[in-house]
Amino acid sequence: MKILVPVKRVVDYNVKVRVKPDESGVDLANVKMSMNPFCEIAIEEAIRLREGGTASEIIVVSVGEQAAQETIRTGLAMGADRGILVKSDAALEPLGIAKILKAVIEAEQVDLVILGKQAIDGDNNQTGQMLAALLGWSQGTFASDLKIAGEKIDVTREIDGGLQTISLKMPAIITTDLRLNEPRYASLPNIMKAKKKPIDIKELSEYGVDASPRLEILKVAEPASREAGVVVESVAELVDKLKNEAGVF
Amino acid sequence: MTTLLIADHNNETLADSTLKAVSAASQMGGDLHILVAGAGAASVADEAAKIEGVAKVLLAEASPLQKQLAEPMADLVVSLAGDYTTIASAASTSGKNFMPRIAALLDCSQISEILSVEDENTFTRPIYAGNAIATVRTSEAKKVITIRTTAFAAAALGGSANVEAVPVPDDSGLSSFLSEELTKSDRPELTSAKIVISGGRGMQSGDNFPMLEKIADRLGAAVGASRAAVDAGFVPNDYQVGQTGKVVAPDLYIAVGISGAIQHWAGMKDSKVIVAINKDEEAPIFQVADYGLVADLFTAIPELDEELQKAGL
Ligand SMILES: Cc1cc2nc3c(=O)[nH]c(=O)nc-3n(C[C@H](O)[C@H](O)[C@H](O)COP(=O)(O)OP(=O)(O)OC[C@H]3O[C@@H](n4cnc5c(N)ncnc54)[C@H](O)[C@@H]3O)c2cc1C
Ligand SMILES: Nc1ncnc2c1ncn2[C@@H]1O[C@H](COP(=O)(O)O)[C@@H](O)[C@H]1O
Repeated sequence: MKILVPVKRVVDYNVKVRVKPDESGVDLANVKMSMNPFCEIAIEEAIRLREGGTASEIIVVSVGEQAAQETIRTGLAMGADRGILVKSDAALEPLGIAKILKAVIEAEQVDLVILGKQAIDGDNNQTGQMLAALLGWSQGTFASDLKIAGEKIDVTREIDGGLQTISLKMPAIITTDLRLNEPRYASLPNIMKAKKKPIDIKELSEYGVDASPRLEILKVAEPASREAGVVVESVAELVDKLKNEAGVF
Repeated sequence: MTTLLIADHNNETLADSTLKAVSAASQMGGDLHILVAGAGAASVADEAAKIEGVAKVLLAEASPLQKQLAEPMADLVVSLAGDYTTIASAASTSGKNFMPRIAALLDCSQISEILSVEDENTFTRPIYAGNAIATVRTSEAKKVITIRTTAFAAAALGGSANVEAVPVPDDSGLSSFLSEELTKSDRPELTSAKIVISGGRGMQSGDNFPMLEKIADRLGAAVGASRAAVDAGFVPNDYQVGQTGKVVAPDLYIAVGISGAIQHWAGMKDSKVIVAINKDEEAPIFQVADYGLVADLFTAIPELDEELQKAGL
C-alpha cells in the first residue's frame, strides 16, 4: 500500500507572530519555519504503518515555495521514502491545495492519504476533508487511533463529546489529531541518508489545475489586547476581588 | 438570498452552540432556514422552530445521518444547496468535519471560524492561534462558513417556524459508525459554561482533578484542561482548551498549573476575567491573567474551596 503525506511549511509553533504595522499580513521576516506539527504526526503514522508491514512506500508532498523542500527533507529524514514539491509562490487556499493534491494522487495511485487536521498558520482545518470530497473517498478526521484490516480502516476520532470510532472503506483520507502518536526525531544518520532520497520538483502548471484564490484578505489586524492584571497575595484576597471588584459571583 | 444553517444536536436536544450560530447567521442577511439532520430527531426540529429569526426548519431523517457522518451529511446538504446563498454551521468537531466536504463538492472555498459578520460578503476570523485577525471578503456566489460560537450571543426563543421533511439521498456506504465513548458529566458544557476551571501538567495526575471538580461544583463551572494534561492521560481529550481543542469565553476562567502557552491562550483569551494559579511567578500565563496568584496549587486549591464556602458559594 502506498501512502501519501501532504505537509506544510509553517511558522514554528513556538513563535508568537506579529502583525505588520500596515495590516497587510503578519511579519514573517527572519521567523523560524518548521513542518506543521500535525503533519509530523501524519508522517510518523505512515512510518509506523510501513514498519508494521501495512505500507510499502511513503511519499511526502508539499505545495509551496522552493523553501518547502526543506520541510519535505525533514519528512524524508524521519523515514519517508521520497518527496514531491509542487512549486508555487502564490498564496493558495485549501480548495486549491486539495485540487493539486488530487492530481498528484491520480498520478501516483495511492491508497491512503494522511494529512494534518489543521495548519497552525491559517487554522483552516479544511484540506483533508476537501480532498476526500474531490476524490469521492471516505474521510476519518481528527484521528487518535487507526486500525487497518483489509479494505477497511477503523478510525477513532477526537470529537467534542469524547471519542467516536467509525469504519471507512478504502481508499481513505485521514487527518491527524494530537493523540495519534508522538512523532520521532530524525537521527543524524537518517538526516544524512535523507539527502540522497529523491525529491521530484514539479511546477503547478504541470497539473493543469485552477487553484486561483477565491477570497481576498482585506486586512490582518492585532487582536484586542488585554489590560495587564494584578498579582494577589492570598486566596482570600483573590476571592474578595472576584466577588467585589470583578463581580463574577 | 437565504442561509441554510446546519444544527448541532444529539437527536434529542439542540446544542447551545446552534442558538449562537443562529445569531451569526441572522447577521448575514436574507431568510434563515435550519437543517436538522439525524434519526428520530423530530423533537430537535421542534426546538429549532422556536428560535427567533428562523423562517423554516428542514428535517432530514435516515439512520446514516444519526451520527452526522461527513459523507452522508455532505451528500444531503449538496442535494439541498441549490436554493441557498450561504451554508453555515457552528465550528464544532461535527461542522469542522462535514463543512469542507460540502464546500469542495460545491466547488466553493470555506471561511472557517468567523468571529464577526462585517457585511454579507465580509467576515473576520482568527489566524495564527488568534495572534492575528484577518478580514476576509468573498466574491463567490455561494458561501460556506463555520462560526466560532463563543463570539456570538445566543438567539432568543419565541419563533414558530414550520418544520418540513426533506428527502435524504441514498447512502454511499463509504463510512459507518462503530462506537463512541462519550464523557459523562452533570456539569455544564465546556463551551457554554459561565465559569471554567482548567488544570494543566501542574496537576500531576488525574487523581488530583477531583480538587478542581469540587470547586467547579461549588461554582456551577465546567472543568477543562491543557493539552499537556490530556496527553498525560489526566483527563479525556474533550477537556482540551486551546487553538486545536475547544475555544471557551466564559465570564471567569481559572487556570491551575497551566503555563500559558500560545496554543492554550488561543482557546481562552476571550474570557471576561482570567485567574491564574501557578507556583512559578515567571509563567507566561501571568502576563494575560487579570488576577494572578503565585502559589502551590496543592495548598491554594483547598484554600480556595474554603474561602468560596466562607463567601457563601
Ligand atoms: C500543534 C500544537 C497544538 C497545540 N494545541 C494545544 C491546545 O489546543 N491547548 C493547549 O493547552 N495546548 C496546546 N498545545 C501545547 C502547548 O504548546 C503547551 O505545551 C501546553 O499548553 C502546556 O500545558 P501546561 O501549561 O499544562 O504544561 P506546562 O507548560 O508544563 O506547564 C505546567 C505549569 O504548571 C506549573 N506548576 C507545576 N506544579 C505546580 C504546583 N504544584 N502548583 C502550581 N503550579 C504548578 C508550572 O510552573 C508550569 O507553569 C499545542 C501544541 C502544539 C505543538
Ligand atoms: N501547501 C500545502 N502543501 C501540502 N499539504 C498541505 C498544504 N496546506 C495544507 N496541507 C495539508 O492539509 C492539512 C490541513 O491544512 P489546513 O486545511 O490548511 O488547515 C495540513 O496539515 C497538511 O497536511
